[in-house]
Amino acid sequence: MTIPLSGRDVAQKVAEQFPKAVNLCDGACLWVEPVSIVEVARYLRDTPGLDFDYLVNLTAVDFWEHFEVVYHLVSIKRNHSLVLRCQLQGRQELVMPSVVEVWRGADFQEREIYDMLGIRFSNHPNLRRLLTWEGFPGHPLRKDWL
Amino acid sequence: MALKTEPIVVNMGPQHPSTHGVFRMRVTFDGEIIKDLEPVMGYLHRGVEKLAESRTYTQFIPLTDRLDYLASMTNNLAYVLAVEKLGNIEVPPRAQYLRVIMAEMMRISSHLMAVGFMINDMGAFYTPLLYMYREREKLLDLFEMVCGQRLTYNYMRIGGLSHDVPPEFLPALKKFVTEMPGFIDEYDQLLKENEILLARTKGVGILSKELAINSSASGPVLRGSGVKWDIRKADPYLVYDKLNFEIPTGTVGDIYDRYWVRMVEMRQSVRILEQAIEQLPAGEVRTALPHLVRPPCGEAYGHIEAPKGELGFYIISDTGVAPYRCHIRAPSLINLTALKDMVVGRMLADAIITLGSIDIVLGEVDR
Repeated sequence: MTIPLSGRDVAQKVAEQFPKAVNLCDGACLWVEPVSIVEVARYLRDTPGLDFDYLVNLTAVDFWEHFEVVYHLVSIKRNHSLVLRCQLQGRQELVMPSVVEVWRGADFQEREIYDMLGIRFSNHPNLRRLLTWEGFPGHPLRKDWL
Repeated sequence: MALKTEPIVVNMGPQHPSTHGVFRMRVTFDGEIIKDLEPVMGYLHRGVEKLAESRTYTQFIPLTDRLDYLASMTNNLAYVLAVEKLGNIEVPPRAQYLRVIMAEMMRISSHLMAVGFMINDMGAFYTPLLYMYREREKLLDLFEMVCGQRLTYNYMRIGGLSHDVPPEFLPALKKFVTEMPGFIDEYDQLLKENEILLARTKGVGILSKELAINSSASGPVLRGSGVKWDIRKADPYLVYDKLNFEIPTGTVGDIYDRYWVRMVEMRQSVRILEQAIEQLPAGEVRTALPHLVRPPCGEAYGHIEAPKGELGFYIISDTGVAPYRCHIRAPSLINLTALKDMVVGRMLADAIITLGSIDIVLGEVDR
């Protein structure tokens, strides 16, 4: 069985390394500050014992007053998993640092989030709409789109 | 005398027979050597994730059929498993076994198409493919027996199945299970040591183990690169922990390895089917649930090993009758991430079979 790691345990380790990065944690998830996502991602991937080498799923959710970007991570080496999340306040000019340099698998998924929810990923090598065309009005998966 | 050369950009698709649907590759060539490749998709985008937000949990099941339409039953399964995880819903044992049977039949059918079309792309025009259609036809007859449909089944329900299988189904399936290994032998005889197949696939379209993991590849693409990762073993769902089967892995990560993994997986699926038929218990196939399913507030990520890779549904509930958010982790889309790395430096004809070996279905790529 894939063992879900507790957000609290991982939060402790991350906070030792990056004191300002951790926002919140509970039994299942770990919320980090958007600006420190890349360093946390690299730490989670490269630290022995954590070894989160595989980004399974990357998506975002519109909660009206804030957006949340959700990373589902798995370690193929150790067969455990973690849910990493970032909160973005507001509805305009949303920017997240891209994690493509850490996990290549984020490439299309970040483009899809940009297309569907309008969150821009800074440092993404090719941030263009993935499923709709350039010039498509709005971002369809936003709750106020329809 | 040095001739001045310049790269040329060619649009492969969206209307190209070997792209398996409306998929476009923007390829930059230097002569016939590929310098760059960019997949362009979205021609079949129907906004399934948005549609989920305005349908009840049960009404969304038929839409999942239209994602990977060559493996509809596994899409149904992944979705209902995610909802059941969210709502803590128990499924009767008979339904669990029948779900395994359906999923493995679907895997054989999907792999037959994957291998057949890949060889078709290679230039073996329809001869091997028609052999594989022959067996897929038998599987489709079985599915028709179960739920009256041949392509979009809508058979799974939250809490079980829509109805039990008819009495003539199990004898027919047993007959298929005894025949199938012979048919796979036949394909092996035809293909395994075929000079042209080996020349076109060995050492072509190589995806290294490290890149496969880093680019989130899954399914036969990941296993072909030598990573022993199968969700049926790594995070068992249904009754897979009670069944014996092996996970094939490739060594080089080339097209041949992906082809080989699929062939072995078909044999393993037959093995699973044999055991599941033997262990199949009697009883109910559906838990009694309210007409409108309203899972408690929360979220769940349910995933299964679909024929094409890890198919996941990430569902958030706000206790309403419809999901607040439903995200589909589509293996076909994410497996395309590393396509460029597999084909740069090779010729155009290699790009076509590399794409064929990834086995995409555009309904799932675009959603």
